Amino acid sequence: MPSPRPPVILTLIHTSALLLATTSLTLTLWTGLEERGVALAFGVLVAVGELSRWNGTTGLRETAPLGAAGALSYALLGADAGQPTHHGAFQVVTVVVAASLVGCVPHIARGQSGTPDHMARRVLTVGFAAVCFQPLYNQGVFRHWGGPAYALLLLALLSLTALCDAVLAAGLAHSRTGWPFGPLLRDELRGMLGIGSAVCATGAVMALAVAVVGLWALPVFSVPLLLTQLSFRRYAAVRTTYRQTIASLARSTEIAGYTPVGHARRVAALCQAVGRDLGLSEPDLTVLEYAALMHDIGQLSLVDPVPAGATSVLPAEEQRRIALLGGAVVRQTGVSPQVAAVVERQADPCREQPVSARIVRAVNAYEEKTRAGGPGGPLQALEELRLGTAGDYAPEVVEALARVLSRDCLTLPSAG
Amino acid sequence: MEATPARARAYVVCVVLGALLCLRPLPTVHAPWWAVALLAALYAGCEQIARRRFAGTFYPVLLAAAFLLPPPAAALVPLPGALFSRVEQGSPWLRRSWRAAQLALAVWAAARVHWALGGRNAVVASDFPYALVPALAAVLAFCLVLTVLDGGILALAERVPLRRAWRGLFLRSLAPIGVHGLAGLMMAVLWRSPYGPVAALLVLLPMGVSWWVFAQYHRERAAHQATIRALVQAVDIKDGYTRGHSERVGQASMMIARELGMDDSRVELLRFAGILHDVGKLGVPTRLLRKDGPLTPEERRVIELHPEYGHEMVRGIGFLGEARAAVLHHHERLDGSGYPYGLLGSQIPESARVVAVADAFDAMTSTRSYRRARPVSVALEELSRCAGTQFDPLMVTALVRALGRCGWHPSVTADEVQSSIVFPPAPPVSSGMKG
Repeated sequence: MPSPRPPVILTLIHTSALLLATTSLTLTLWTGLEERGVALAFGVLVAVGELSRWNGTTGLRETAPLGAAGALSYALLGADAGQPTHHGAFQVVTVVVAASLVGCVPHIARGQSGTPDHMARRVLTVGFAAVCFQPLYNQGVFRHWGGPAYALLLLALLSLTALCDAVLAAGLAHSRTGWPFGPLLRDELRGMLGIGSAVCATGAVMALAVAVVGLWALPVFSVPLLLTQLSFRRYAAVRTTYRQTIASLARSTEIAGYTPVGHARRVAALCQAVGRDLGLSEPDLTVLEYAALMHDIGQLSLVDPVPAGATSVLPAEEQRRIALLGGAVVRQTGVSPQVAAVVERQADPCREQPVSARIVRAVNAYEEKTRAGGPGGPLQALEELRLGTAGDYAPEVVEALARVLSRDCLTLPSAG
Repeated sequence: MEATPARARAYVVCVVLGALLCLRPLPTVHAPWWAVALLAALYAGCEQIARRRFAGTFYPVLLAAAFLLPPPAAALVPLPGALFSRVEQGSPWLRRSWRAAQLALAVWAAARVHWALGGRNAVVASDFPYALVPALAAVLAFCLVLTVLDGGILALAERVPLRRAWRGLFLRSLAPIGVHGLAGLMMAVLWRSPYGPVAALLVLLPMGVSWWVFAQYHRERAAHQATIRALVQAVDIKDGYTRGHSERVGQASMMIARELGMDDSRVELLRFAGILHDVGKLGVPTRLLRKDGPLTPEERRVIELHPEYGHEMVRGIGFLGEARAAVLHHHERLDGSGYPYGLLGSQIPESARVVAVADAFDAMTSTRSYRRARPVSVALEELSRCAGTQFDPLMVTALVRALGRCGWHPSVTADEVQSSIVFPPAPPVSSGMKG
């Protein structure tokens, strides 16, 4: 592991998931399955959901919404076509684990990573929901509740479960990458408003619908969710190609001979790391990434290249002129106007800049100075930036940059 | 948009009268009026959000109403939402009343079919799988009414051939409305269950999210296509002549590809290939691109590097597929005397052979700094003369046939933009997005 500290949280989460899964399996084998038909139907649903899971998500939280919704609705299932069910929390975990394992086989066969984390999260969240609901339900605590109140109870339980899932996901990401926990949790919670809320609502609706009409509700309601999953997939695909196109556009200055090879990509990677350290949110990080990739694009308008593409040593007026030209090009590209604004303002005095523009300016200067400095360049460049903090570079950004550089260069994400 | 023709207005009035006829038995109908009001308010709210955040209409509420209420009462549900919707262009009240009448008729038809097949009892008794039959029939009726009415207005207002409008609209709307129908059925069943309307409302959340993702997908796709254009505009900064040329080569490549009977996705790729074929000019020094007068052999060699620069730029964009090969090889010639690799005949990728013909055609028919444009017929003769040595005869005949049928109407004119940074807005990539 490149991470300096031992991943305690990671081990903890994996161990408890494993413990829960094995306990449930043993107990269920001991006592046998209640209502086999229902268990089988939900098992198939979860397995299908897992099969259609996708990997390599960028900014998308839940990768198997159908599987998650199926698992949660089984955890909260209280009746089947009007007849009360009797399965306990351990049976829920057993069915979900078995189905997920079956659904995971193709993913593991293809050698995709991320499966253990995904499984651990699934087992723990489903276990949480089932343990909260099934024992109380089977003792008849909710028998005298009215229908609408019962529906709201399910919703409340699911919200709690989603919260628990967000904490788990942020914890896992934190111990895998070493990025600060707070912003990660905030991003997880924000991501939940989208697909997370859909998964929760679907889980509740499926549990209620099965209670009313029986197992026919499962196929009827899986179709809309499967479509959601498909459109999410298309969305992810188009996001990927979009990112590739932006990266190609960013490379245009390199191919035109205005900037050194790899400059834009390195600046973008470093900018993202600094932005993360400063606690920017996921959408802000995307804007920052695109702006960093395209920060030099204004140079295309110059008839003769700037020596080595280094803008940070030019007179301030010239820097601003190039930045404005770049902003004009970026506005044509159809990326959000925020990106163009960051590119435009990258050469302004730092007190007037938004934080993303400050990051782009400081990181760009660092990259250029490092390259110019040869061996020992990084330290010297950082020193120059620190001296320049009075006017050009924001002190908090330079400090974040220093933290990122001293932490570990190996954890930098590769962009492009 | 020009003023609405009188016959279209008359058509709208007829539809409105039809809708009123459906609502006529209202005083004699026994319906749960609170449910009508709740559903109508719900639909209006969804519509408001929908119009602001994404394009499209939210049918699950309407279909749930059709499954729950007697036909005339169900026809009331879409009215407030449609009558208070925002209309950006044209005469707002005409459009609003059209929308309201159309939806009222469609919901009425769906409810009528559902009622006649005994769907109401199936919903109340949650009698599955039988409940699916009246529901699907109702969805079909809903789709059919919407299509027939929409096709009518398209034919009258914009003179689209009736049959084509109907077929396209019906097939396109059937799948999404079918999904909305399933959600509507679930809503109706839960509404009548002990869990009540609260549980029914929960159905809307996943539908809304699915819809949001879909809108998001379209937005991202549009941005992506604009970015492809931006690659060309980056060249345009250096060489003012390129943009109009790229668009036209894209169009000509598309015509050839379509004439050769390629499928839609390949046609689209070839269009991108045409648009991007000269993107490598970015790597050529600006002074050389803007030079007036003859080039020295050395300068010519530098310019001939542009296919390789272009390939270097676009090779990272996965979805471009064979368009990348076209960028690299569009200056190869059939007899092997082209560049960069001097490939022979069928060694040259098909996409590159298409783009080469389109490129040469547009170069001849547009005005350049050193000569005037030639007429289309002269250019085609020239292409036919070089077919076999320089160009693939197959592509040349395809272009001749396509031009003979549709003519040549380049959408972008080669405007003389001298200033380096002011460009006119680019036209949209495709006339309409396929949903």
